[in-house]
Amino acid sequence: MSASAPAAAASETDLLALLQGAFPAAATRPTGDHPAFKLPVADVPAALKLLRDQQGFDFLTDVTAVDWDVEASPRFSVVWHLHSTTHHGYVRIVADCLSDTEPSAPSVVGLWAGANWHERETFDLMGIRFTDHPDLRRILMWDGYPFHPLRKDFPLAGIETPLPDVEVSEITGATVKPAPMMGGPFVASTGEMNLTEAEPRAKDESWNERSEKPAAL
Amino acid sequence: MVTPNTELAYNTKIEGDIVVTRADAVINWLRSNSVWPMPMGLACCAIELMAGASSRFDIARFGSEVFRFSPRQADCMIVAGTVTYKMAPHLRRIYDQMAEPKWVIAMGACASSGGMYRSYATLQGVDKIVPVDVYISGCPPRPEALLDALIKLQEKMTRTGGTTKRLLTA
Ligand code: SF4
Repeated sequence: MSASAPAAAASETDLLALLQGAFPAAATRPTGDHPAFKLPVADVPAALKLLRDQQGFDFLTDVTAVDWDVEASPRFSVVWHLHSTTHHGYVRIVADCLSDTEPSAPSVVGLWAGANWHERETFDLMGIRFTDHPDLRRILMWDGYPFHPLRKDFPLAGIETPLPDVEVSEITGATVKPAPMMGGPFVASTGEMNLTEAEPRAKDESWNERSEKPAAL
Repeated sequence: MVTPNTELAYNTKIEGDIVVTRADAVINWLRSNSVWPMPMGLACCAIELMAGASSRFDIARFGSEVFRFSPRQADCMIVAGTVTYKMAPHLRRIYDQMAEPKWVIAMGACASSGGMYRSYATLQGVDKIVPVDVYISGCPPRPEALLDALIKLQEKMTRTGGTTKRLLTA
């Protein structure tokens, strides 16, 4: 923790001024809660270091990404969430990836060792490559899985692929199959109702894989 | 010839220390009362599995208290939880390492059918990769349901024919 860490979280304006001093392209970003800033992706590690060393944001709580749309450009944004264990403020940094087909962002493992697994997860599920990451392997899906499941063009039910183990595939004849959606994803209901009704279930049971969803009237 | 013996019960004084039965019946009886489970605890259902093993529900009453974490020493894999595609091959390998005869209980909605996880990551029923003997409904099933499944499995074991023949020809 830096000795110069302020006792209270700086205001959004002050943070913006600080960031713009070092990175003229920094801009605020609409936010529902904590201050959020947009930066060119190449400036992110330096900006995070600045926030960590001068503003007391010493804890990287999350690294994630957004896929705006298959057609959108820029398609992917990477998001870093910082927290301060001294003044308990939060700040969010967002950067658009330059490429829509081969998105990448600089790794911040050098600043926080904990970024390692966050970045591996973001790579696994969103396909963002973190340059200079020491060990960028998939973390949830298995090595060799061909897709990035949280991308917008990936169906929730999945895409048929072989099982991770060829031998077991041969013995059992099993493959990774698209899951039957049977009327949409399972979602739980909330509100005043008995638990049976609140259980996760398909919201639209008028269709399933055998009898297709009727076309909209 | 008429004998004076009117007793219908087995009488050791007359017949000696001999019980006449079928080998199949004895072997099945022995097996069904000492099912050593392989706890394949993969998600929340495993908590109920543990409750089933502890004092309140006490699976020991049915001869299955000896949970074995080595597949070599187990006869019944209890798949308690969500089987992801990533885990599925390991599960099958553990099943393959269990010695015959072996059984599988699919405990809960996830193990039986994928449950509420209709997604790219979840195997839609463990019966796609191992043969299942008893399915338990519920999310999670109560420990009583697990005990009921075990009793059903015991019944299935005692109904099994050809046990001795298989043993002798193996
Ligand atoms: S059936 Fe329900 S309780 Fe059991 S593993 Fe699945 S989600 Fe958890």
